[in-house]
Amino acid sequence: MHRIYEDGGREIVLTIFRHDPNNEDSIPHFQDYPIIERPGMTLYIALTQIYTSMDHDVSFDFVCRAGICGSCAMVVNGKPRLACRTLTSEFSEGKITLLPLPTFQHIKDLSVDTGTFMNAMTKQVEGWIVNNSPQDISTIEKPVEPELSDEIFELDRCIECGICLASCATKVMRPNFVGAVGLNRVARFSLDPHDSRSDEEFYELIGDDEGIFGCMSLMGCQDHCPKHLPLQKQIAYMRNKMVKVR
Amino acid sequence: MKIIYSDALIVGGGLAGLRSAIATKEKGLDTIVLSMVPVKRSHSAAAQGGMQAALANSVMGEGDNEDVHFADTVKGSDWGCDQEVARMFVATAPKAIRELANWGVPWSRISAGERTVIMNGQKEIIKEAQEAHGLINARDFGGTKKWRTCYTSDATGHTMLYAVANEALRRNVIIHDRKEAISIIHDEKKAIGVIARDLVNGELIAYVAKGTMIATGGYGRIYKQSTNAIICKGIGTAIALETGVATLGNMEAVQFHPTPIVPSAILLTEGCRGDGGVLRDKDGYRFMPDYEPEKKELASRDVVSRRMIQHIRAGKGVPSPYGEHLWLDISILGRKHIEKNLRDVQDIAKTFNGIDPADEGQKGWMPVLPMQHYSMGGIRIKPTGESTTLAGLFAAGEAACWDLHGFNRLGGNSVSEAVVSGMIVGEHFATYCKETHLNTNTCIIAEFIKKQSNYLNEILAYNGKENIFDIKDEMRSIMQEEVGIFRNEEGLQRAVKRLEELLIMTKQINVKSKIRGNNPELNEAYRVPKMLKIALCVAKGALERRESRGAHYREDYIKRDDLNWLKRTITRWEDPEATTPTISYEELDIAKMELPPAFRGYGRKDSIIEHPKSMERSQEIEAFKAANPQMDRFELQEQLMPFELPLDYKKKNQRIGVEYA
Repeated sequence: MHRIYEDGGREIVLTIFRHDPNNEDSIPHFQDYPIIERPGMTLYIALTQIYTSMDHDVSFDFVCRAGICGSCAMVVNGKPRLACRTLTSEFSEGKITLLPLPTFQHIKDLSVDTGTFMNAMTKQVEGWIVNNSPQDISTIEKPVEPELSDEIFELDRCIECGICLASCATKVMRPNFVGAVGLNRVARFSLDPHDSRSDEEFYELIGDDEGIFGCMSLMGCQDHCPKHLPLQKQIAYMRNKMVKVR
Repeated sequence: MKIIYSDALIVGGGLAGLRSAIATKEKGLDTIVLSMVPVKRSHSAAAQGGMQAALANSVMGEGDNEDVHFADTVKGSDWGCDQEVARMFVATAPKAIRELANWGVPWSRISAGERTVIMNGQKEIIKEAQEAHGLINARDFGGTKKWRTCYTSDATGHTMLYAVANEALRRNVIIHDRKEAISIIHDEKKAIGVIARDLVNGELIAYVAKGTMIATGGYGRIYKQSTNAIICKGIGTAIALETGVATLGNMEAVQFHPTPIVPSAILLTEGCRGDGGVLRDKDGYRFMPDYEPEKKELASRDVVSRRMIQHIRAGKGVPSPYGEHLWLDISILGRKHIEKNLRDVQDIAKTFNGIDPADEGQKGWMPVLPMQHYSMGGIRIKPTGESTTLAGLFAAGEAACWDLHGFNRLGGNSVSEAVVSGMIVGEHFATYCKETHLNTNTCIIAEFIKKQSNYLNEILAYNGKENIFDIKDEMRSIMQEEVGIFRNEEGLQRAVKRLEELLIMTKQINVKSKIRGNNPELNEAYRVPKMLKIALCVAKGALERRESRGAHYREDYIKRDDLNWLKRTITRWEDPEATTPTISYEELDIAKMELPPAFRGYGRKDSIIEHPKSMERSQEIEAFKAANPQMDRFELQEQLMPFELPLDYKKKNQRIGVEYA
């Protein structure tokens, strides 16, 4: 039968960072939660169990619980990951320490505000199609080479989970650095035949230290990206393009 | 008292809400979107397999047009839908796809020439035309006559949501995320905004606007096993119900998808079967052709789900620690196809089950079982999107009962409806907001804030012995057991009775943390009673509907009863202290239908109680067609069932080979 049906049952301990910055009485601390591991247990299942049966006050963010929406990024034993896709069985010692994702505004416990940054980043890099020619949507669409469409799709798979920024040294020094998420976005639109922008126009958006020239090529982003996006290649590609502009 | 004014207020930041926001910005209206989560996290992102629109680019879509899409949708709905709305939808869907392409959705495109596909378990070669090269591709889906479902691998909802969200940001739509609407502000006649709770610090904010739209998605989470995201609790639908004025439609129409994976309930797209995957039982036997000789695995979802349970009941299920299940086999499609077009499915199976579905033979089979997936019911609206009973309140997408899907939605019609209703309803909503003036005083607003503030304090003061988590669990189990795929009188009566008791018990709890700020248990304490009200609407609607139609199946009334039940269930919650909704019905008029009730072409053939008017209308239509041979399909349609669309959405859609015919 299946790997997932194997017997489980060991005791594991989740150590969770607790703090509510909006509550004056709250003091940051770690709290231990011992639970019995079940076969196929993910951090989503473990945290939900802690919340419903042990501590109704612990906060975290899950939406799709399937690795699709990007809500549940957190630091798991020192590495930024999507909690919903993390199996507790990966940790042979049975000790799992959870911290909120760094670089984003802390909301409470394991919950952080990614929306504010991602929306601002989108505006900073103008992460949308720019095309001012009139379009009649009742006529046959503009043809696109199938391989090109697939290539754009590949980059469009980013779920804005924030893990690339949590893995990024530049981001620590430059709060407005758009990160791999922003640079990948620009690379994506620069490929899109629906977008009329020139390299010069993209340079205006990312041709500085908050953009493409901020990256120090440490590539923590690529190492941790849960969608396995080719970030190193895209950043190098954009840097090459942008260097040629000036 | 914090009041934030706007011209147009939209609750819900998924595809329907954001596309509507683009429509209101287009008219120059100051627009705010409220969302419980960052908008790109909305459940729209989880749609995998695709979006239906009759483009007819692919050779497998040849001959497709609005008429074929319309007929598929009406049959899929088991004649429960509003046919005028279905017409509005199919005429706009091709425009929606093309608009989305312009906004950057990287639709899978056609390569001219030959390619191998899997059909009915066999390899077949199809040849795409040269003139189709580079145009938008489509795959096969359940309940459709043509290959009509456009896609980006199996992450279609994600790419659509990002394109629409980015376009909304470009147009300066104001997004306030981590805000939950908990009450609609109204004066019995007109809605003028919502009271929202800031989920970061607990603050109550009155969002006041000329018009208010609810686009908060479905209510799947009232079920124990659901493919829906954690946030799909139906709160937006519930606050409309709690006005006592707005009504809900067809709440008992709940869809169960055939192939969520066991045990995590994460969806595996219908595209698996659309692309040629098959269902197998404990003996590895492909059983669907025995039950559905014509459509096999690609009958509508309600039919396939029932057949699967029927087969398990016949002793053919695969035993597991999580109960019995069946197998979904896509290994026959080949690794190359899976890793390109079904990669999220592969990723899900690998991550959550340790199975690589591209592995050949039984090793790659994925355990599946039908589970709750979609809410056909929702806020009852007119074709314009405005509540039939409360002015200024609009709804779009899954939160609404427009009513495009009747008693069963076709796969690929959900994200399609979300965007298309965002275009159509969004436009009517924008017109309403433009033409309406806000005529209220701050006393009403203050009253609504006060009421919600008092309610939250009251919850924190409860001093009972019950636990809100236990109540929620029991509700979800009841819905699963008694209001599921197969329903009967006794079970439904038990369900209604116990749900009423649970609703009363929600006031006998004790919330441990007494803070009004960020308090997750308090969130549960005010959400669960709302979820229970929704659950009661579903259960009571199901109890009263003594027939089987689409996804609503009564073991004690197995026939579709057009004679007595060709009507829409309307629920209302007038008395806030009541423990059940009041139910009434809205008749569907066969005499006005373009496609009168008949056999769907799949499912049981002998199970319809016919209405005499169906035959009359059918003959009338045939006679009209015969008497007017000079009319083209558009003129005929116009005569049989006229419909209207805003902007130029009614313009004919161009297609290769046939142009505008």
